[in-house]
Amino acid sequence: MTALDDTQATAPGSVPLRVQLRRAERITKLKYLGLIAPLAIFLAVTFLWPIGALLWHSVDNPEVVEALPETTKLLRSWDRKALPDEAVFAAFARDLAAAHGNPALAGAAKRLNMERSGFRSQLMNTGRKLRVEAGQSAKAAVLAADARWGEVSSWQALARNSTPFTAFYLLAALDHKIADDGSIVHADPDQTIYVEILLRTLWMSVIVTLISLALAYPLAYLLATIPSKSSNLLMIMVLLPFWTSVLVRVAAWIVLLQNEGPINRALVGLGIVDEPLQLVFNRLGVYIAMVHILLPFAVLPLYSVMKGISPSYVRAAVSLGSPPFRSFWKIYFPLTLPGIGAGGLLVFILSMGYYITPALLGSPREQMASYFVAFYVNETTNWGMAAALSTILLAATLVLYIIYSRYFGPARVNQVAPR
Amino acid sequence: MATLRQHLLGMTALVGTGLAFAAPAQADLTVISFGGAVQQAQIKAYYEPFTAATGIKIIPGEYNGEQAKIKAMVDTKNVTWDVVEVETAELLRGCEEGLYEPLDFAKIGDKKDFLASAVTECGIGTFVWATILAYNADKLTTPPTSWADFWDVKKFPGKRSLRKGAKFTLEIALLADGVKPAEVYKVLATKEGVDRAFAKLDQIKGDIQWWQAGAQPPQMLASGDVIMSSAYNGRIATAQKEGRNLQIVWNGSVYDADHWTIPKGTPNAAEAYKFIQFASLPKTQGAYSQQIAYGPVNLKAIDGLDAKIAANLPTAPKNLENALANNGQFWVEYGEELEQRFNAWAAK
Repeated sequence: MTALDDTQATAPGSVPLRVQLRRAERITKLKYLGLIAPLAIFLAVTFLWPIGALLWHSVDNPEVVEALPETTKLLRSWDRKALPDEAVFAAFARDLAAAHGNPALAGAAKRLNMERSGFRSQLMNTGRKLRVEAGQSAKAAVLAADARWGEVSSWQALARNSTPFTAFYLLAALDHKIADDGSIVHADPDQTIYVEILLRTLWMSVIVTLISLALAYPLAYLLATIPSKSSNLLMIMVLLPFWTSVLVRVAAWIVLLQNEGPINRALVGLGIVDEPLQLVFNRLGVYIAMVHILLPFAVLPLYSVMKGISPSYVRAAVSLGSPPFRSFWKIYFPLTLPGIGAGGLLVFILSMGYYITPALLGSPREQMASYFVAFYVNETTNWGMAAALSTILLAATLVLYIIYSRYFGPARVNQVAPR
Repeated sequence: MATLRQHLLGMTALVGTGLAFAAPAQADLTVISFGGAVQQAQIKAYYEPFTAATGIKIIPGEYNGEQAKIKAMVDTKNVTWDVVEVETAELLRGCEEGLYEPLDFAKIGDKKDFLASAVTECGIGTFVWATILAYNADKLTTPPTSWADFWDVKKFPGKRSLRKGAKFTLEIALLADGVKPAEVYKVLATKEGVDRAFAKLDQIKGDIQWWQAGAQPPQMLASGDVIMSSAYNGRIATAQKEGRNLQIVWNGSVYDADHWTIPKGTPNAAEAYKFIQFASLPKTQGAYSQQIAYGPVNLKAIDGLDAKIAANLPTAPKNLENALANNGQFWVEYGEELEQRFNAWAAK
């Protein structure tokens, strides 16, 4: 640009070349934007918006505020130590009278039951029974309807839900909870599960990724080096299962691996083992099926990278006196690192979200994070918890991805690999 | 005129837009139940005779009791399920949360004609079923007689199966630990009681293979994958009819009713009422019990049952001797906490 400024090839009165150029550039940019706009809008509507809405659910806490607007307003300024005063009880009685028979009250009852089992009936029964007689204090009437309102903890639970946002779900997804005094503490040991599940999800994904890469590497090498006629046939064999429904493949593995299945019958028939091996409904079965399903995702990036490596590099190394393994390790292998990185990352991220394979082929000890998301969505309709678990899973994946791209990402790999 | 219109209608149907014209005449009714043998019996006893009597076509569907779909339908006001079979706890919870229509019993029948537990605000019972102990008599020479035997891995070595979930599993664990049926829910409402149930489950954790769908236990028992299992009694009775040598232990059975409900906001409520009324008649309820070994809730149907069939139902006095009635209200209260703890326990 500065070079253009120096030449000053503009006639007086006409638009300077610099401005013309900038305008042209802007029009080109707009054209590009116009071209990608359909995709960008599509992604925003079908991808970003639903994910955002889902993440929103993990902190959204409208139930109690909607059902008991006056009470929650007053409770926000309550000191949370001694029982609240008469004004709060009176507001509570008015809120309950207004909410009676309204599903919003049941929604609040369901939410509060998560804080403490039994809260559901405490709120619903009070809603049914509560009548404030003339001359009677609201406090006396509420306590007459259910004596548990005399406990400070009941009001502390209400106060914890007096704001439209909560950390309850996210904390629960990390095996923590808010205690009655407002501090954040570990959940009861017999209720803790999610940190372990998250670590299990990561660990199983790492194992599946390593096995997939170890199996895919020689296969991709074979595909990339044999004549294209036979490699096409092999490629179809790699892709064929890729095009088959995951459910069908999982069902097929159950048939193959079960106690009375062909593999066990063959092993027993050949006298290799005396009793059928437990190959399915345990971790082994899950690994076998997941590796089988994810293998093409490791093979394809490796293959495309290996296809682009000229065989003359290794030949040159060998002809210069390097032993074959050393030539492979020093010359060929570093060149395939981008393929290993891409394939590994693809398999790993897909593994993190696996649901149907562990659900069908594993025992409860093999279930990964997605299983619990599905459990909360389908079985208990606790979408807050499902959203919180998804958020944690997404965050963990993102953190790992950032670490990965920092240390093993394309930029790094390209520095290592001679171009 | 009429013939001309019919002719035109025929024409439009031929060109493929007939649906729009056919719809107002008679809506199809989508009825969702727990599938498998239950659904087969419902088709024979209810759906087919109902279509024959009214001309309303029924689209049968199945699910495993998850409430998420119903909630999503009601929340988005796009209800495509017209009649749904639900278990007691889900019925009570869903009714409070506004998922189900409060029922107008004038359109169904006299409340006095039904078992008291079958009549609730949003539901009418349809059959009584039980979770029982089932075993494969071809594999076990000495028959088990109680849940305590189910826990006896020395006397009965091999895998056993329970439903994956806290509901029924915790009750069964306490029954096996010697708690009397009348005390079970009192014990389970305390922290110590829950600890006791899980401690009991710990004893056989490694020997349990969990099932989820009601059709699984008879399959797993028949294939020899497990030697004993908790199961729905009707599924086992159906497997017996198919020639499997599976047996039922009624001692310590846990029984409950399933209910018909109408999801709030269905456009076919009138037809849904017609169906529920039809399926609550003594005649159709009796026909259902002939198809599958589940007990009717219509008292007149109970009186009219064949003695041989009645003896195999969860409601037979002999089968009720040491049975536990499922407490739906308890599960509404404690369900979430206990299912969460069960998940945490099972995953470790």
